[in-house]
Amino acid sequence: MFETLFWTFSKIWAVLIPLFIGVAYFTYFERRVIGHMQDRRGPNRVGYKGLLQPFADALKLLFKEITVPTHANRVLFLLAPALSIGPAVAVWAVIPFADGWVVADINAGLLYILAMTSLGVYGIIVAGWASNSKYALLGTLRASAQVVSYEIAMGFALVGVLMAAGTMNLSGIVEAQAGPFWNWFWLPLLPLFLVYWISGVAETNRAPFDVAEGESEIVAGFHVEYSGMAFAVFFLAEYANMILICVIAAIMFLGGWYSPFHGLPVLGPALDWVPGIVWLLLKACFFAFCYLWFRATFPRYRYDQIMRLGWKVLIPVTVVWLVVLTVLIYAGVGPWF
Amino acid sequence: MRSLREYVRSFLLVELLQGLRVTGRHLFKRSVTLEFPEEVAPKSPRFRGLHALRRYPNGEERCIACKLCEAVCPALAITIDSHQRADGTRRTTRYEIDLFKCIYCGFCEESCPVDSIVETRIDWHLMESRDQRIIGKERLLEIGDQYEAQIAADRAADAPYR
Repeated sequence: MFETLFWTFSKIWAVLIPLFIGVAYFTYFERRVIGHMQDRRGPNRVGYKGLLQPFADALKLLFKEITVPTHANRVLFLLAPALSIGPAVAVWAVIPFADGWVVADINAGLLYILAMTSLGVYGIIVAGWASNSKYALLGTLRASAQVVSYEIAMGFALVGVLMAAGTMNLSGIVEAQAGPFWNWFWLPLLPLFLVYWISGVAETNRAPFDVAEGESEIVAGFHVEYSGMAFAVFFLAEYANMILICVIAAIMFLGGWYSPFHGLPVLGPALDWVPGIVWLLLKACFFAFCYLWFRATFPRYRYDQIMRLGWKVLIPVTVVWLVVLTVLIYAGVGPWF
Repeated sequence: MRSLREYVRSFLLVELLQGLRVTGRHLFKRSVTLEFPEEVAPKSPRFRGLHALRRYPNGEERCIACKLCEAVCPALAITIDSHQRADGTRRTTRYEIDLFKCIYCGFCEESCPVDSIVETRIDWHLMESRDQRIIGKERLLEIGDQYEAQIAADRAADAPYR
């Protein structure tokens, strides 16, 4: 009993510590990449090429005071960051990093992910409500409406994956895509793949769907009143969620830990020595880069346009493609079904 | 028919991809930022920075207290008092510039008949208190002595265009 407990704890830390380091360097790369896209340099003073910048930032936030506004609801105000980070970290339990490298190999993994990502919005709602600030409240309203509507499109997109793979276990979904890159689900589910990615960006409230933060309109949205570590925890949760969306995209549509040449005559065995987690992380890094690329490129959507896109474009597209998918599966098309 | 084409274009994300191509190209361009304390932007010989009073090569100060600069100064930043020196020449006893009033227009330099008051390339200087905004004759001559080589070279470079 103690042995299983020990191993579970070790596995949790083996996931969490790299995750937090990943978040730290994601913020660094965000500033560098967007800087270069805007012909600037980005942070390059702290350490070699600015590589210690995230630690300097973390240290700064650690030493700052956490102020609670006078008329804020103190308990909820301090609870909100915890409500936000909890689900963001808990989802990682079911993510398979390579064949068998998973903390909890449960059968309803996909449902668990959807449930946890929905729970994350409570942190935002509570934060905005407890701050007793009009900006925070407006940001909260926008964030919750947006997350709720894009969850539907995202859920439908994942239903497509579910139909194609025939299982809700994430390792099972990856195994259903075994083979070279044209065997992966991105090809038969291309519209769903795009819908998933767009709603994933919207779900994490990132540019161009960042009206919840909207620093030019409502200052910083739900976390205006937060400072110090309380703010850092929100930040951590947001970036952990972004990395999660990237990793799930790689698992659902790009064949998870399989190499792009898996099962091919010459290239397949030649690349067998590369561990699966490397492929998964490479694919996730591509999506993470896209997050930054989008932020540097697209202007912010207007609020009603976001709602229009979610309800009147993405959801109909997914529904139509689910019907097409049903036909494809019954006809047994291609290498996929 | 046209609306149909627009519809297809928007579904194929054509314009979004065009935008992504622009930023993607800029990712690999040289960034234009200068790393300030180590790198400094090049300056024109006509740059108008902190003022200085010059001397002739024999060490005599150029200023003859004609007060043209005081008269032309649009911000009334220059104050001059003059007297007759023992050798009979007219000289300044006081030559003060209020740096808070000065708009660095360079009229004083243009009006000067003996090229005495000039504006140098010094563009960042600091004061520790507000009263240091007024710089007097000694300080101006000091700046002039320190940067004479640079000042003379700049005037020479700009001379053909004057």
